[in-house]
Amino acid sequence: MAKADIKVPEMHEYPVLPILQADAMKGSGPYIAKAGFQDPLGYPGELVDNWEDKAVEKMGDLLSRFRSLRVYLDSCVRCGACTDKCHYLLGTSDPKNMPVARQDLLRQVYRRYYTLPGKLFGKMGWQWGLDLIGAKEMNKDVLDDWYNYYHQCSQCRRCSVFCPYGIDTADISMAAREIMDSIGQGQKYCNEIIGKVYKIGNNLGLPERALRDTLEGLEEDIEDETGVKVRLPLDEKGAEVLLITPSADFFAEPHVDGLMGYAKVFHEAGISWTISSYASEGANFGMFIGSYENMRQISLRIRKAALDLGVKRIVFGECGHAWRVAYSFLNTLAGPFDFLDPHYPVPQHICEITSGLVKEGKLNLDKSRNDDMVLTFHDSCNVARASRMGNVPGGQFIIPREVIKAVCNNFHDMEANTIHDETFCCGGGGGLLTDDLMDLRVKGALPRMQALKNVVEEHGVTHMAAICAICKSQFTKVLPYYGFNMDKIVSVHQLVSNALILTGQEED
Amino acid sequence: MATISVGGKDIEVDEEGYLVNLGDWTEEAASFLAGQDELELTDSHWEIINFLREYYDEYQIAPAVRVLTKAVGKRMGKDKGNSKYLYELFPYGPGKQACRFAGLPKPTGCI
Repeated sequence: MAKADIKVPEMHEYPVLPILQADAMKGSGPYIAKAGFQDPLGYPGELVDNWEDKAVEKMGDLLSRFRSLRVYLDSCVRCGACTDKCHYLLGTSDPKNMPVARQDLLRQVYRRYYTLPGKLFGKMGWQWGLDLIGAKEMNKDVLDDWYNYYHQCSQCRRCSVFCPYGIDTADISMAAREIMDSIGQGQKYCNEIIGKVYKIGNNLGLPERALRDTLEGLEEDIEDETGVKVRLPLDEKGAEVLLITPSADFFAEPHVDGLMGYAKVFHEAGISWTISSYASEGANFGMFIGSYENMRQISLRIRKAALDLGVKRIVFGECGHAWRVAYSFLNTLAGPFDFLDPHYPVPQHICEITSGLVKEGKLNLDKSRNDDMVLTFHDSCNVARASRMGNVPGGQFIIPREVIKAVCNNFHDMEANTIHDETFCCGGGGGLLTDDLMDLRVKGALPRMQALKNVVEEHGVTHMAAICAICKSQFTKVLPYYGFNMDKIVSVHQLVSNALILTGQEED
Repeated sequence: MATISVGGKDIEVDEEGYLVNLGDWTEEAASFLAGQDELELTDSHWEIINFLREYYDEYQIAPAVRVLTKAVGKRMGKDKGNSKYLYELFPYGPGKQACRFAGLPKPTGCI
């Protein structure tokens, strides 16, 4: 493994549009998936013959299935509102990371093959005409740019908040990845992971026996710490709640501290619950690669687990895009969920459960146990901009903050234009959380690091909480590049776990 | 497919430098892989690498960070049972870098 050459961009007080440097991030993109990683997803193992024609054909298929895609490709008026809204543009200075430029990579091919002037000029061989309307033939240069720059988009949708037409660059980036997969050029990181879900049940490839051993270890840890036996049940039929959480919660830090927090909350509320070894994954990378079919296959595992275990409710742990897929698409992908208890929303977020219990006064919380920290909260893109929580508008912003404030005395938000629906991506979302993109990930974290630095300096913030496994892992890796400790990032339910005093707990 | 040459034998590795076949691993290979990262393996490194291989043998996956820190704490003393100690040994992260030296597949996912 060669040492990565990483240049950390300079931090300013607030995001500034950098001086543009053409092709600053030109490259070959992340590792390409080998045949072994493509097969299980139903994609060709290498670039197919006539891939140019096949790509154009696939684009036509997507246009016929998703009206939204055609609208996005048709409606841009090049107003420029999106240009400085992308964290990758701010961190890399590469003009192709302007959202409009990223969209144009697909749009230029759309114009050539799916608009009347493009078809006409193409047929006549009038290059001047194609240049005039910004149309391009599908060729190797275009494919290389697609592969490189559509893997410099974390599908965070911040640009779409500022677009007066609501053009969703994430949808365009997903469509591009789906086209590339269909012609045999997939990304190793995402596709290897989806294959593991099909084979083993989760992104990690954590087999049932290892999962059971890990959960037993956590039960021991909680008992050592509190003197109370709190269970983390696996595959228990008849439990009320099926918990679907990212497998990183079983494996990484600070994720696992959050998982122990969920367990304590369920225990204290007297809610019986279980994890499923078959659906031991909340994350759904099918979304990142824009594949309806793969997203559905992964979602159906959750349905099957819920039916097999006979649960009444499905609750999701701290995972950003899992919550998007669950909240926004689960019912159409894997529904109807008429076999679940209709008194509860399908699905529910763990923060909703904890927030509800706090309001009912069912949790004995000692906020002073978090007094060694001053917190801020990082809104994760897919929760902030692609879903909701609870039953009021903006619940996805309110509820996690209510939970934090219920368990911590010290909390300060970051600046208004970097939180809520204007939140900046952590820099590692959308299938980019891979070592081969570390330089991009460090650069993309710049705007969030700037906002964090400001609250650290002005309000003495010591820790940042998040409810997304990708955000937590990404920050653990990139914080040190900006002069912060890696353990500055914490799970929201880690804070809950610290403050929650269990019934019968030995006081220290 | 890329290879590394250790002790006169060519061993296949993937793009990221992980061994393709677990069976190809030797102690010499571990030292070679560490050398690529400008690290020299000490007894402390070997204790971790050997534990990872034992755990993998039983569970077909590398241990979670917490499982690893707990086991290290039990075997080598409480002051070593934390991720700070592991990061000192394996600066690129105990999960990924130590797995590579131990010849195990890279853990994947949101980690």
